[in-house]
Amino acid sequence: MTAWIAADFATFVQMQGKEVINSFKLGWQDFVDKFTLNFIEGERWKWLVEGFGNTLLITFLAGLIGIALGVVIAIVRSTYDKMGADLKKKGGIGYGVLAFFNAICNVYLTIIRGTPVVVQLLIMYFIIFATSTNDIMIAVIAFGINSGAYVAEIFRGGIMSVDKGQFEAGRSLGLNYIQTMIHIVIPQMFKIVLPTLCNEFIVLLKETSVAGYVGTVDLTKAGDLIRGRTFSAFMPLIAVAIIYLIVVMIFTALVRKLERRLRNSDH
Amino acid sequence: MNKKTIVKILSVVLVLALGLTALWACGEKEPEVEQKDQLIMATNAAFPPYEFKEGDAFAGIDVEIAGLIAEKLGKELVIKDVEFGSIVGGVESGKFDMGMAGMTVTDERLESVNFSTTYATGIQVVIVAEDSPIASLDDMVADGTMKYGVQQDTTGDIYASDTPDKGGYGSENVIRYKTGAEAVQALKAGKVNAVIIDNEPAKSFVAANEGLKILDAEWAVEDYAICVAKENTELLEGINGALAELEAEGKIDEIINKYIKG
Repeated sequence: MTAWIAADFATFVQMQGKEVINSFKLGWQDFVDKFTLNFIEGERWKWLVEGFGNTLLITFLAGLIGIALGVVIAIVRSTYDKMGADLKKKGGIGYGVLAFFNAICNVYLTIIRGTPVVVQLLIMYFIIFATSTNDIMIAVIAFGINSGAYVAEIFRGGIMSVDKGQFEAGRSLGLNYIQTMIHIVIPQMFKIVLPTLCNEFIVLLKETSVAGYVGTVDLTKAGDLIRGRTFSAFMPLIAVAIIYLIVVMIFTALVRKLERRLRNSDH
Repeated sequence: MNKKTIVKILSVVLVLALGLTALWACGEKEPEVEQKDQLIMATNAAFPPYEFKEGDAFAGIDVEIAGLIAEKLGKELVIKDVEFGSIVGGVESGKFDMGMAGMTVTDERLESVNFSTTYATGIQVVIVAEDSPIASLDDMVADGTMKYGVQQDTTGDIYASDTPDKGGYGSENVIRYKTGAEAVQALKAGKVNAVIIDNEPAKSFVAANEGLKILDAEWAVEDYAICVAKENTELLEGINGALAELEAEGKIDEIINKYIKG
């Protein structure tokens, strides 16, 4: 009786095993077919390569514009915050100029942070640069200007959080305002803002996924184009997701390394 | 650990496993969750006069025909406005019962879904600026000097994106917009030299925008049909039956004439 049951059980396991192997084989075949359809046929992988390149290009150039804009705005705003009151007491033209630029920066920050990036991109494409046919440059400018607003606030937060004594020490050593900023405050600020700045760059990379709205073939659009032709959602979307993920992971690892090196100078 | 916790953990694991399986199956062949009294139609309501929005409501040839089909089948029509490229996939996975969006029958689409009988014929035409150097289809070259605007994932996009030896202009010379209206805006701004789009929406766009004209030639001729999931043969037969009846009653011509003046 027991032997009988055991034998039966063995056959059962064997059959289940075969079924599992069979379904695995079928699944694998299905995977290969889908992969071929989505990436090999019609050389569709070329779109992914093109899109990946454009995504990196847009992110990199927009990141540079963002940092350049951010530094300028952060210096204007934090100078106003730190010295505005003193300058006002002294009177003269200096305060007026500073207040004027500070007001412009505030308007910029309000508008850029108050509207969605995809709307800004469409405005750039269809209204401001309506006659330009270089859609990648339009995307770079739109994302750069957008990122600048966030980077500016990150930098300003960094400058303001450097201890006041550091600034005063620089001034008492005979450095002028700009020298103190460049040699003493900004290097310390950089270390403080690095994690947030890295975060902003990651956000920027992912935000560029809306560039497809204006016809640019970025990574997301490449996936969309494949999806629109093969009608399968899984392969193109997962492939695109994995590529973004890998880029972000590599970038995060690099920043971690940089952070570690910067920390060495603490001792 | 008491029994309840074990049951809870097991059910969470089960749900996760099910979710993963569904993912692995590429969202295909899921059993259809069909609400008996609803007919869910996927469309892209930016394609006048076939489908567009009038205020909050949907209107157009496809929308009206779909309404009559639903009536014949004794169902309530529910319209979902999605991106054109998501329609076939959504119908295939059972998210929508049918797709009706001025959709042409192509071999690629037939691999994923079934199509009903044709209810309208579409002609793809070319819109250019009135002072455009493009005077005929022969002027549309693929040497990189001309850019062509299309609505992403439409047949115009698919044909135009093909290589020149297959009748296209090469992917790099085609700029794909989310809607036909955006392609036309880009044409007006001079970002593209021509827009390839269906004849009827083309007429609406040219009527609404000064300085544009339609080339007097057919870029491609196509048959419009409704797509239904492969396994849903019952609905397909129902739709075909309803279309045949509507055709016989002259309702389809009536609707098309209402939107397309002579």
